[in-house]
Amino acid sequence: MSMDAIEIERLIKAGIPDAEVRIEDLRGDGDHYAAYVSSASFKGCSRVQQHQMVYAALKGRVGGELHALALQTTVPIEA
Amino acid sequence: MSMDAPTVDRIRRDISENDVVLYMKGTPVFPQCGFSAAVVQLLDQVGVKYVGFDVLLDPNLREAIKGFSNWPTLPQLYIKGDFVGGCDIVREMFQSGELVDLLKGKGIAVGVKG
Repeated sequence: MSMDAIEIERLIKAGIPDAEVRIEDLRGDGDHYAAYVSSASFKGCSRVQQHQMVYAALKGRVGGELHALALQTTVPIEA
Repeated sequence: MSMDAPTVDRIRRDISENDVVLYMKGTPVFPQCGFSAAVVQLLDQVGVKYVGFDVLLDPNLREAIKGFSNWPTLPQLYIKGDFVGGCDIVREMFQSGELVDLLKGKGIAVGVKG
């Protein structure tokens, strides 16, 4: 089972429309990615809540189809 | 993410009876996953006493903990009953000093050797 970077980015942006997304394929096996997601909608949310928003956008694939997603969330400076 | 009642009760008991709890794959001495091993290493560096629960021994626990915290992966760190995060968040908090501040703020000793 695996996913590709484009699909991950598409899903995150569909779930968090204003998100800036950068995906890094850590091992080239379609199973270990890093995602850097920045969105004004994260403002005021804890890190856990921010990550949960990304996981929700990915509709349950993390921990299943996607073994691991190293995730870093940020709020844009101007937000 | 299915959660059977006895397992949820057990989780509630684990995290209320222990200040710092790590649900992980494997044990602190023999972690069975890189992410679990990374958090074990950070907790050892901080020098905080904690309890590690191996979800690989109990499939019900492995599933229930994900629903309990609404978090899809392991490891999962709990401090004073609150879900703190998985590997990424604990590492970020360690690097920024927030992890030690949180522990101290909750009256939990750090820098404890052995």
